[in-house]
Amino acid sequence: MSETSESRLSVKARLPGFLRRVDPAVLTAFGCILLLLLLGSLYSSNFLSPDYLLQQLKVASFLGVVAAGMMIVILLGHIDLSVPWVMTTGAMMACAAAGFGNAGASVAIPVGVLSGMAFGLLNGIGVAYLRIPSMIVTLASNVVAQGLMVVYTGGFSPQDSASNAIRWLATGALVPGVPNAIVVWIAVSAAMVFLLTRTAFGRAVYGIGNSERAAFLSGVGTRRVVMIAFVVSGGLSAFGGVLLAGYASKAAQAMGDAYLLPSIAAVVLGGTSILGGRGSYVGTVAGVILITLLQSILSVMQMPEAGRQIVYGIVIIVMLLLYGRAPPSR
Amino acid sequence: MREWRYWLNEQRGTLTGLAIFLVMFAVYVANHPAGFTANVVHTAANKGVLLAFVAMAQALVVITAGIDLSVGMVLVLTNCLASWIVVGGAMPTSLGVAAVLATGMLCGTINGLLVIYGRLQPIVATIATGAVYFGLALLLRPFPGGSVNEDLADALTGRLFGVVPSSLVALAAVVLLVWLPFRRSVAGRAAYAAGSSEPAAFMSGVPIRRGKFAAYLLGGLLAGMGGLFLTFFTYTGEAAYASGSAYTLWSIAAVVLGGVSLYGGRGSAVGAIFGAFAARTTGDMLFAFDVDPLWQPLLQGIVLMVAVSLGSLALLRVRNRLDWFQ
Amino acid sequence: MTAAETPPPLFQMEGVSKRYGGVRALEKARLEVVPGRIHAILGENGAGKSTLIKIMAGVVAQDEGRLLLDGREVAFRSPAEAAAAGIACVFQELSLIPDLSVADNIALANPPRRFGMIDRRAQRKLAEEALARAGAEDIHPRAAVKDLPLSRRQMVEIAKALASGPRALILDEATSALTAGDVAKVFAVLKRLRDEGLALLYISHRMHEIAELADTCTVFRNGRNVASFAAGSRSNSEIVEMMIGREYSNVFPPRQASARLASAPVLECRDLGWSDRLREISFSVGEGEVVGLGGLEGQGQRLLLLALFGVLRGTTGSVLVDGSPVAISGPAAARKPPLSMALIPEDRKTEGLMLPMTVRENLSFAALDRIARGGVIDRTKEEQSIDDMVRLLEIKTAGLDVPVGTLSGGNQQKVVIAKWLMRQPRIILLNDPTRGIDVGTKQELYQLLRRLAEAGAAIVFYSTDYDELIGCCDRVLVLYDGRVVRELEGDAISERALIASALNVEAGQKGTAA
Repeated sequence: MSETSESRLSVKARLPGFLRRVDPAVLTAFGCILLLLLLGSLYSSNFLSPDYLLQQLKVASFLGVVAAGMMIVILLGHIDLSVPWVMTTGAMMACAAAGFGNAGASVAIPVGVLSGMAFGLLNGIGVAYLRIPSMIVTLASNVVAQGLMVVYTGGFSPQDSASNAIRWLATGALVPGVPNAIVVWIAVSAAMVFLLTRTAFGRAVYGIGNSERAAFLSGVGTRRVVMIAFVVSGGLSAFGGVLLAGYASKAAQAMGDAYLLPSIAAVVLGGTSILGGRGSYVGTVAGVILITLLQSILSVMQMPEAGRQIVYGIVIIVMLLLYGRAPPSR
Repeated sequence: MREWRYWLNEQRGTLTGLAIFLVMFAVYVANHPAGFTANVVHTAANKGVLLAFVAMAQALVVITAGIDLSVGMVLVLTNCLASWIVVGGAMPTSLGVAAVLATGMLCGTINGLLVIYGRLQPIVATIATGAVYFGLALLLRPFPGGSVNEDLADALTGRLFGVVPSSLVALAAVVLLVWLPFRRSVAGRAAYAAGSSEPAAFMSGVPIRRGKFAAYLLGGLLAGMGGLFLTFFTYTGEAAYASGSAYTLWSIAAVVLGGVSLYGGRGSAVGAIFGAFAARTTGDMLFAFDVDPLWQPLLQGIVLMVAVSLGSLALLRVRNRLDWFQ
Repeated sequence: MTAAETPPPLFQMEGVSKRYGGVRALEKARLEVVPGRIHAILGENGAGKSTLIKIMAGVVAQDEGRLLLDGREVAFRSPAEAAAAGIACVFQELSLIPDLSVADNIALANPPRRFGMIDRRAQRKLAEEALARAGAEDIHPRAAVKDLPLSRRQMVEIAKALASGPRALILDEATSALTAGDVAKVFAVLKRLRDEGLALLYISHRMHEIAELADTCTVFRNGRNVASFAAGSRSNSEIVEMMIGREYSNVFPPRQASARLASAPVLECRDLGWSDRLREISFSVGEGEVVGLGGLEGQGQRLLLLALFGVLRGTTGSVLVDGSPVAISGPAAARKPPLSMALIPEDRKTEGLMLPMTVRENLSFAALDRIARGGVIDRTKEEQSIDDMVRLLEIKTAGLDVPVGTLSGGNQQKVVIAKWLMRQPRIILLNDPTRGIDVGTKQELYQLLRRLAEAGAAIVFYSTDYDELIGCCDRVLVLYDGRVVRELEGDAISERALIASALNVEAGQKGTAA
């Protein structure tokens, strides 16, 4: 560790407690959210209306669930590129189970999530025990998942419409006025905060992300933790897919393609280091909202898809240059 | 040990890639209804060359222990650009080709600057630049369309003397004019050295940054060539997100199959070319075997999974568990 | 050449000082390197030798003082600049690129070129010449470095240094990995190079090598050069004498009157071996005993501790705890009862702590399985255990929620120790725990060690500081080349005995254990 980073740490230590605990990246992300809301309200007066905001949160919740899983993996210093087709797998398996009458419909959601966890297990074994770079294993399992789904949809012409329960989960409103998807996201978030801050597993995740050597020498079962993290990520991706299927009323091929980049971006923009070990869940929530709003405002401004992609990429690069740089080599 | 053994050892990764390809291709041809004809080879070559260019681009960056997840999007962007400007007479066409290749290099330059001087992690940096490149492609071609100088296109995708696919000749020319000079240059060696052991390279006074930068720059150039050839094959430009991601993904697979170590420092772009052809042949082979096309993506995925898992066998030799974490 | 006429020095250092943080590595060091001489540098661990050559080779910059080349002042900003000035260094940590061939490596910094491309034929010739000059013709220039055994790699490293056509050559422990046959060859090469007029700087711990090779010797102690003299003009014991005499301000707690209790040993090793780095190591540690590991750095002490903690795979021999053989599958198994082991690792910044994480998180990290119930951390219990530890070790921190990286080195080390004490270990393995920490904290750690031993722990304590071994340990095992070459006990643990046995030489009768 170089002296500069130590002095940077000590500068931070002199800040008042409240600011010290909050990552500047998280503050910036929330600042950007406010800025976007302000900008949006200049364009359209109903940008600040509760209906619109709730709608945004609902759209954000699918990304939020996926990003939660991605965050655990990134905290370890790994990455999960199998998100797109694991999401699709989850959605399709859930819809398929729903095709088997009442019994099927009642286990549809668990079936979807479990199929995602199975791919997570594959990823986890590859990364933790075979020590293949996570980027490669997850890419490969993405292809395998895609292949399975192609065979499945092409060969069996299965049911692809979501069951009522799945639809209700995504679009219903248990609490009047609040879409269930948001409630689900809040529940997942609460579980994540608990997992990351209150459990031995969460501590181990941060520990491994900071120094896998130190975690291993402390007697932590590092391989098991890494494997479980990938299982959680796979399960959450699939769950996000299930919700999305409920929102769209059906599962479709390539439905997850639009979620890989935003989920990574949300985690990184929320202040989590892509190298692992640093980041808070609240930042990821901020990142998810930020990205959803950015997408929304760009479409309200009637910016074409092209411009959205460009703005997107540039925003991520700028934020990374501000927070995500590696220490100088010498 | 004799001289040829050392040669064998040096080229082990590349030769493994070649062997995988040859076996697959032999099986494919043997089972193809038409057998080993110029037509079969021609089709296979044209399919493989595109991925080969992208895989070479990826190999250059991977050798420095980096990764380029924007490589497919550079292909898409240059494809869209080429469908606008590689048209007309000889002069405008050649200017257009130059501009397309320069754009590829510019993309590589931006990646290189962000990773080397911006000190960003290659994974996220190139995901983000990939989004920008794709956006630009979409700006150029919101809908598929455009055209290309068809004489040039046909010349580069047809056959020389009625036998040799000219796309293969073009690929060979690129290997001779881009890859081999890079490999033999000081910058190329620096790229290998930095990928293999950056601290040792620093101690030895190797120009690390120059080497890495050259790798990213040439990677962009090669991806641009891929985009150009894509235009020659299709006569149009199309900003297809799925196709861009697929090229990125399969470029990594090709690199692994072609014996390039993802940890850097080992392998060659020639190996990546064989890896690319092998990856392409997997699909064709299943076709020749009359496997339902539906099963192709799955079997390809399984081949990929097995291939990357084989690399982990070296782990069994690790005797100090702390070495896991290096 | 006659010894009487001394040629003007090629390279000089004047008043060079270097500090790392608060630690003084070099203090007003002086050195003259003369062409056509082999100049040996001697000194115990931490005497400043490696800092000296790092400055000379451009790896680090000095804080003050001047470097003179041919009488003109120079400053090297990188190893490449030093190499360009004609100073080549054969580093202890190898500077070879594992995936490149021998020839590529030899010509790495400045390969022969034709039309801008590397001329492989010329490079091959250059490599063959360099290998021949280094007496390593048996190495094929096309072999990949990673496929060569360590001793061959070391020869390539020497050839690489020679290929740059240096005027001064630094060899830092260059023979430590070599076989006896290679050492003889290297010596012949070095003597030839000397006769060709090169200036050679030779750092080694092997006294007989220095006696055979060197023309001039300089002894370093505490970052200062204490004496320079013609080789052969002093006896081994005189040289050992010069290396002794560090300034000490440490006070040690009294040892137990009868350190070795009658009880059966808690930890015992029988013929422990690993690869060719640990050989036939046998010893035992009883309840309440502090057993030191001494010797020069890198003689297997660190590996021995890792082997005991289950980190190394494929160890031979057996480890017994409470008299029964145990197979330790890793740190996770080692830390649990009945073994209840703890390892304070070598590098606290990468192996002991997660620097950006808070003091609290670091303190409880190794004991979470005890603090958590069903995987959920019991916060009251965690708070209590942490408070106990902070009080026990008097850890000075601005709070429990600041990153542990903001603490001073000494307090960081206390956190590492505390995180293990929270598990109440019975067997404590320490890997040089006082390196780079202040004197006050060192005192506290010595007291703590003794208290832990009195409470019944069995302690294995590796230190690079001989003074600590003398002051803290009931017994000391001295390692050399992966073996225990001597066991010293009680009053026989003296600095002279430790240094002599670390160098694997006899240093007269005085104070040496029989």
